[in-house]
Amino acid sequence: MKPLTEVRSRTAALPFENIDTDRIIPARFLTTTQRAGLGRHAFNDWRYAADGGDNPEFPLNRPEAQGCAIVVAGRNFGCGSSREHAPWALLDYGIQAVISSEIADIFRSNALKNGLLAIVLPEAEHRELLDHPGQELVIDVAARTITLADGRAFAFALDGFARHCLLNGVDQLGFLLDAGAEIDAYEQRAQDTRYTVETAA
Amino acid sequence: MSARTIIDKIWDAHLVRAETADTPGILYIDLHLIHEVTTPQAFTELRERGLPVRRPDRVLATLDHSTPTLPPGPDGKRPYASADAENQVRQLEANCREFGIELNGWDSDHRGIVHVMGPEYGATQPGMTIVCGDSHTATHGAFGALAFGIGTTEVGHVLATQCLLQRKPKTFAIHVDGRLRPGVGAKDLILHVIGIIGVGGGTGHVLEYRGSAIEALSMEERMTVCNMSIEAGARAGLIAPDDTTFAFLEGRERAPKGADWNRAVTYWRSLASDPGAAYDSEVHIDAADIGPTITYGTHPGMVTPISAAIPAARDDQEAKALAYMRFTGGQALTGEAVDVVFVGSCTNSRLSDLREAADVLRGRRVADGVRMLVVPGSVLIKREAEAEGLDAVFTAAGAEWRDAGCSMCIGMNGDIARPGQLVVSTSNRNFEGRQGPGVRTVLASPRVAAVAAVAGRIADPDAFLEHAA
Repeated sequence: MKPLTEVRSRTAALPFENIDTDRIIPARFLTTTQRAGLGRHAFNDWRYAADGGDNPEFPLNRPEAQGCAIVVAGRNFGCGSSREHAPWALLDYGIQAVISSEIADIFRSNALKNGLLAIVLPEAEHRELLDHPGQELVIDVAARTITLADGRAFAFALDGFARHCLLNGVDQLGFLLDAGAEIDAYEQRAQDTRYTVETAA
Repeated sequence: MSARTIIDKIWDAHLVRAETADTPGILYIDLHLIHEVTTPQAFTELRERGLPVRRPDRVLATLDHSTPTLPPGPDGKRPYASADAENQVRQLEANCREFGIELNGWDSDHRGIVHVMGPEYGATQPGMTIVCGDSHTATHGAFGALAFGIGTTEVGHVLATQCLLQRKPKTFAIHVDGRLRPGVGAKDLILHVIGIIGVGGGTGHVLEYRGSAIEALSMEERMTVCNMSIEAGARAGLIAPDDTTFAFLEGRERAPKGADWNRAVTYWRSLASDPGAAYDSEVHIDAADIGPTITYGTHPGMVTPISAAIPAARDDQEAKALAYMRFTGGQALTGEAVDVVFVGSCTNSRLSDLREAADVLRGRRVADGVRMLVVPGSVLIKREAEAEGLDAVFTAAGAEWRDAGCSMCIGMNGDIARPGQLVVSTSNRNFEGRQGPGVRTVLASPRVAAVAAVAGRIADPDAFLEHAA
C-alpha cells in the first residue's frame, strides 16, 4: 500500500442510506481472480442505463461530479457482504475517500487496508457535507481533520494504528509476520491448556 | 475475575498479544473456512511473497458460490455461468493442491455452502474463533463460536499467520424470552429482531442471542438466527453452547472423541456468560409478539408481519425502496403475485428447512407460472433429503431439485430471476439486484416461501393452510 497523507478534492454526494456492497459491485463481477480492473463495474447496475450508456440519474455521472475523489454517502454505507472487491472497485473508479455518518464494519476494515479512506462523521457535520456537494475538501490523515473551503475543520476518528498504516504505507501482513515467535508460543500454550476451564482468579 | 460475557471469554482465550492504544490485538484463529470467490487474490499474494500457509490443518475449503447447481451435460461438462466462474473454481482447486489445504471439491460428500459444511463435519465447535471471506460466517456462532466475515487481505493474513489484527468489538445482548407461536420459526424471529434493531443497529458489536426462546431453538434454527447477524450490521452473533449444541456435535467426524469429548463439554459449558456480565447494549423481545414475518423493501430491516399492511414510507429512502419493489404503503402484501420461489442459502438450506418446505408442498402443486428452485446446502443434505423422499415431493409439486450451492441467494452461478420478477426467497438479502438486475426480493421462512409457491401469491401461511386443509 502506498502512503496516503492527504486527499484534496471536490465532493460528490450519494444521498442514499444503506448503499450495500451489491450496489457498489454486483456479485456477478466477483468471478475475477484479480484485484485490478473492477472500476468499470463500480455501481454497475445503477451507473449504466439498460442500453449500456451512462444513466443520467446516477449522481456520479453528472458533469459536476466528474473528477471528484471524495464521495459523501448516506448512513450505513457498505453494508452487506465482506467482498473486498467493493473498495477495490471504488479505488479503481477514482474514489479515494468515502464520508458517511455510519459505515459498515467489514467494508470499513477492507477500505482502510487498501488506502481508501472510510470516514465517519457526526450527524450534523455529515448532513452539511451531504447537503452541499461540490465543495473542495482537504482531508488530512495525520491531523484527522477535514478542512472545508471556508476554513472550518471537522475532526474525525481514525484508529491510531490505521492512521499509522495509511501515513506510512505499512504492510499489516509484515507486522503480523514479525510476531511469529509470539504466535508459536501461543500455539504451544493453547495446545497445553486445551479444554482447561479457567478458574476464577 | 469480574463477570464476563461469552464474547469476552472467547476473545481473551485467543489473544496472542493484547491490544494497546497504539496497536490492535493479535487474535488467533482456530478455523479458517475458504471458498473460491474471496481467496484467489490472497493466494496470489502469498505466492508473490514466497510465504507458505502457516497451518493448512486449520483451513477447510469448499466450492459453493460460482458453482452450477445443474448436473454436468451429456458431454460431461459442468454448466458454469461463465469461463471466469469455471476458472475461479479451478484456481481454488490448484491453490489447495499447491498449499496443502483440504478441499471439499466436486467429488466430496461434504461439498456445499461453506457455512453448512463446517457444522456438518463437526469442525465448527464452541469456543472457537472462526473466520471466512464471507459475511455470513456468523452462522457458526450458533455453536458458541466467535465467527465473523473478513476481506481478502485478511484472508491472506490468516493463511500466512493464522492471526488477525483486531480491536475488541462491543457486545450486544438480544434477549428473546417466552414461546414462539406455532408455525413461527427462526427466520421469523431473526427478521423481527433486525426490524427492531435496524440494519445498522449491530455495527461495531457482536450479538449474543439469549433467553428462553433462543434456548428452545434447534441447532439448525440457531444457525438461521446467527446467520443474519450481519444483516443487522454485526460481524458476529452467537449463542452460548448447551445440551442442544452438544447433542448435535457428538459423534460428528471432527468432534472430539472419548475422554477428550468429556473434557471438551465441561470446558464448553464454562463459556456461557457469567451472571451479571455487562453488555454495551441490550434489547428485550417477547417471542409471543413474533408472527410469520417477511420483508417488503430493499434491505432486511424493512420487515412486516405477513398479515399486516405495508407501512407507509417514513422518508425518501423508504419511498425509493417501495418504488423499486412496486409496492405502495398501506397495501396488503398478501395477494401479491409471485414469479419465483427460492428455498436454499446458508440461511435456510438445511434438512429441517427442506422438510418445512416439503410439508407444505406434499400433495400440492406449485402454481402455474411460478418457478420454484430448491437447493440443498450440501451434497450430504441432498442425499439425506432424497433418502426420506423429499426430492420426490418437490419434483412432484413441479419444483426444481438442484445440486448444492449458494445458487440464487447471490446469483453468481447463473441462477437468477428476470428483471421485475418477484422472488420469495429463504435467503438473507433483499438488496436491489441481489438476485439479478431489477429483481424484487421478499425474504421469508421456508414455510412462507412454499406457501407462496403453491398459492402463486404471497399468502398468510396459517390462513392458507387452514383453508386448504
